[in-house]
Amino acid sequence: MQSEDDNTPDRATGADEAIRVEDLHKSFASLEVLKGVSLTARKGDVVAIIGGSGSGKSTFLRCVNFLEYPTAGRIFVAGEEIRMKPGGAPADRRQIERIRTRLGMVFQSFNLWSHRTLLENVIEVPVHVLGIPKADAIKRAETLLARVGLSEKASTYPAFLSGGQQQRAAIARALAIDPAVMLFDEPTSALDPELVGEVLSVIRDLAREGRTMLLVTHEMKFAREVASHVIYLHNGAIEEQGPPEVVFGAPNSERLKQFLKTVA
Amino acid sequence: MSAFRAALLPHRIVMILLTLALVAWCAYSMRWDWIPKYADLALEGLWRTIWILIVTTILGFLLAIPLGLAQAVGPWYLSAPAKAFCTIIRGTPLLLQIWLLYFGLGSLFPQFPWIRESELWPYLRQAWPYAVLALSLSYAGYEGEVMRGAFSGVAKGQIEAAKAFGMSRFTIFRRIWLPQAIQNALPTLGGETILQLKATPLVASITIIDIYAVASRVRQDTFIVYEPLLLLAVIYMAIAGIIALFFKWLEGRVPVKAR
Repeated sequence: MQSEDDNTPDRATGADEAIRVEDLHKSFASLEVLKGVSLTARKGDVVAIIGGSGSGKSTFLRCVNFLEYPTAGRIFVAGEEIRMKPGGAPADRRQIERIRTRLGMVFQSFNLWSHRTLLENVIEVPVHVLGIPKADAIKRAETLLARVGLSEKASTYPAFLSGGQQQRAAIARALAIDPAVMLFDEPTSALDPELVGEVLSVIRDLAREGRTMLLVTHEMKFAREVASHVIYLHNGAIEEQGPPEVVFGAPNSERLKQFLKTVA
Repeated sequence: MSAFRAALLPHRIVMILLTLALVAWCAYSMRWDWIPKYADLALEGLWRTIWILIVTTILGFLLAIPLGLAQAVGPWYLSAPAKAFCTIIRGTPLLLQIWLLYFGLGSLFPQFPWIRESELWPYLRQAWPYAVLALSLSYAGYEGEVMRGAFSGVAKGQIEAAKAFGMSRFTIFRRIWLPQAIQNALPTLGGETILQLKATPLVASITIIDIYAVASRVRQDTFIVYEPLLLLAVIYMAIAGIIALFFKWLEGRVPVKAR
């Protein structure tokens, strides 16, 4: 393990830092997918990560909670560094499991547990991982389902819901652990166009109330609207980043200009 | 209610009447006077058939879970023996397996004094432990293969979601993977359990008096051939029907797929 200030830029590591990623590399065999990506999000930041397909943006997000093991780099969640073996595997399974309970992930394909009702999906992790008493978890889950507009569907199984409803339930499931950071992996890409709006409006509300989020998305308009910081990834490296007005309004990089033209 | 109304459609009424007529004909023109004499024995036999079925499917299924898991995700030194076991069980007749255990093991054990003096001997000298072992292993062999497919068939994304929320591997198995694998396997398991029911008469070949053995006894004692077999068929069909309904109920409890 490296010492704390080894190659760490002199930067505030204050209590308001929610997540920091330093020089993240990821290779699949000989293919280098991430070539040193760094980012910092303070509490309340909404970092939008955009880029073409194959740019590594989803891989980056999946490395943050170790669904993929990064090859090199350092990750701090709420000030705690995830200990890695050389080569990227987590050094301590329990630590990574504990840190994952601080990261609420929302998947492109929802991934609700199909053998459980929506309510059961939302209380699953609080009860069976965090050890919260079931009655409390249910109370909280009911509030969360109401928030995403699914109170009526609490005892319905996921297969009977539309994609938009499933994704909103998946967001409630992620909120149930009161995460330090929400990770959104293209949350609207698998949805029919008419269902995108209902999911975006839930995410927008979360952004407004100050939830910290990393948001991988293809919805440029939405990213511009909710993000406090935008990162444009190209071929596994940050090509350009900054506040949304600059990245979308006055981009410097030719590639980004080209990219924005093609997705507009 | 709608099922009741459906039963009253004209062609259904004709079918019901025909069935009743057939039953009435059987009742009046065939010989059933042996029934009272054998009723007690038949009930005992029926009970034996049922408990052997229940015990062996439960034991077999408990064994099928590790067998399926080993084949689905296990390292080679677990998956290879599991696969070999399933292949051997599925590739040889159940009657042979029962006989190998009963006449093979069963005649081997008494040669060892320490086994004959052990606490288990009162059981090992009876036939039913061998029948239960053979039928459990058989069910495990077939269902091990079914569970392999069921474990592999659980959507990867759901396992990944469980991981992403910090579940330990054991919690993932207990809360997500196993329940979904069983759910996937239920339709097949129902059919396989009915097959298991129909395999139970083989235990009669090693002196166990199940319901099938009772029918044979009636035939030997009274030379009445057809009636006991007919009644036996009805009994097996009734049990098979109950099994089918039970599994249908199990499947319906968690509606995983929109219907």
